[in-house]
Amino acid sequence: MDNTYILDILRARLPQATLAADEFRGDLRVTVRREDLLDLARLLRDDPDLGFNYLENLCGVDYLGREPRFEVVYNVLSLASGQRICLKVGAPEDDPRVPSLTGVWPTANYHEREAYDLLGIVFDGHPALSRILMPDDWVGHPLRKDHPLGDEEVAFTFNQDRIYAHKPFAKK
Amino acid sequence: MGIEEKAGDMGVVTTSLEAMVNWGRTNAMWPLLFGLACCAIEMMSAQGANYDLSRFGMELNRASPRQADLMIVAGRVSRKMAPVLRRLYDQMPDPKWVIAMGDCAACGGVFNNYAIVQGVDEVVPVDVYFAGCPPRPEALIDGIMMLHAKVRREKITGKKEDAIVLQQPLVQVK
Repeated sequence: MDNTYILDILRARLPQATLAADEFRGDLRVTVRREDLLDLARLLRDDPDLGFNYLENLCGVDYLGREPRFEVVYNVLSLASGQRICLKVGAPEDDPRVPSLTGVWPTANYHEREAYDLLGIVFDGHPALSRILMPDDWVGHPLRKDHPLGDEEVAFTFNQDRIYAHKPFAKK
Repeated sequence: MGIEEKAGDMGVVTTSLEAMVNWGRTNAMWPLLFGLACCAIEMMSAQGANYDLSRFGMELNRASPRQADLMIVAGRVSRKMAPVLRRLYDQMPDPKWVIAMGDCAACGGVFNNYAIVQGVDEVVPVDVYFAGCPPRPEALIDGIMMLHAKVRREKITGKKEDAIVLQQPLVQVK
C-alpha cells in the first residue's frame, strides 16, 4: 500500500472530498472538504484495504490573515501496515466549525476539547465540548494569534506606583 | 541542659506573654507540604540533610492545611491553580504566614502571560518575598529567618507588619 494507492481509493469513493493532496517526506497530506470529513474518516477506518485505526494526534492551527483562517490537522496511522496519512480541514473565521471525529476515533475527544479551548474551533457532535486546560470562566481563546502576548505591564521603579494602584492585591 | 540550667536553682523564669507566644510560634512553625514548580525542588533540598531546615524547628511539612502555619508558595501559580491555593490558605488555622518563594511567586517572573498569576499577592497576603530563579536553599532559609524575626516582633494586639522584600533591585531606573 503506497500513497498513490490510498489517494486513488479516496478519489474513487469520495470524489468531492479531497481538495488537494501532496507528499512530504513520504507521507501523504490531504486537504479535505469540511462537509465530507466524517465520511472520509469512516472510509479510512473501515475500508479493509486502508485500515487507519489509530488517530495519533489532532491539533488546531491559526493562520491569521489567510483564508480559511483555522485549520485542524489529523495524523492518522494504520497499525497493521504502518502507513500514515495527514488530513487537513479548514474552517473560516466567521464560522469556525468542524465535525467531531469522536465517534470515529475516541482519541479525538480530549484533543478536540483542547483545540476548542485554545483556539475556539467548535466541533459539531462532540459529546461534551468544554474547556480542558483553561479555567471554565475564562473569556477568549489564548492561542489565537490576535490574543495579546503579555498579560501585565512590567513594573519598574518609575512606573510601579501607577501599576500597583490598580493591581488587585489580596486582602486578609 | 536547657532553660533549667540557665535559671539556676530559682526554678522560675519571668518573661512577657508576647515573647513567650512568639517564641513558641517561631520554633515550631510547620510549613504546608505544597510545591508548585522548580522552586519546590530547592525547598526539598533545604529540608534535606545538607541544609537541614529542622535546625529551626521546621522539619515537619504537614500534608494537611489544617495543621500548617506557613505556606511557602514555591513556584509559579497558574490561573487555574489560584482558587485552589486560596482555598488551602483559607483552610489553614490562624495565625498563618505566607512566603512568596522566587521570582514567579513574587511577581510572575519570566511568565508574563495569560496563564500565570502575576504575583501570588493577588491571591493571598504575603509576609516575605524573596528573589531567585530558583532561589538557593540558603535564600529560602534566609527568608524563613526573616519571617521568624518578623513573628518575634509581633504584638499581642495582632497587628501585622508590612511585607518584607529580601533583595534590592540591581538597577534603579529613574
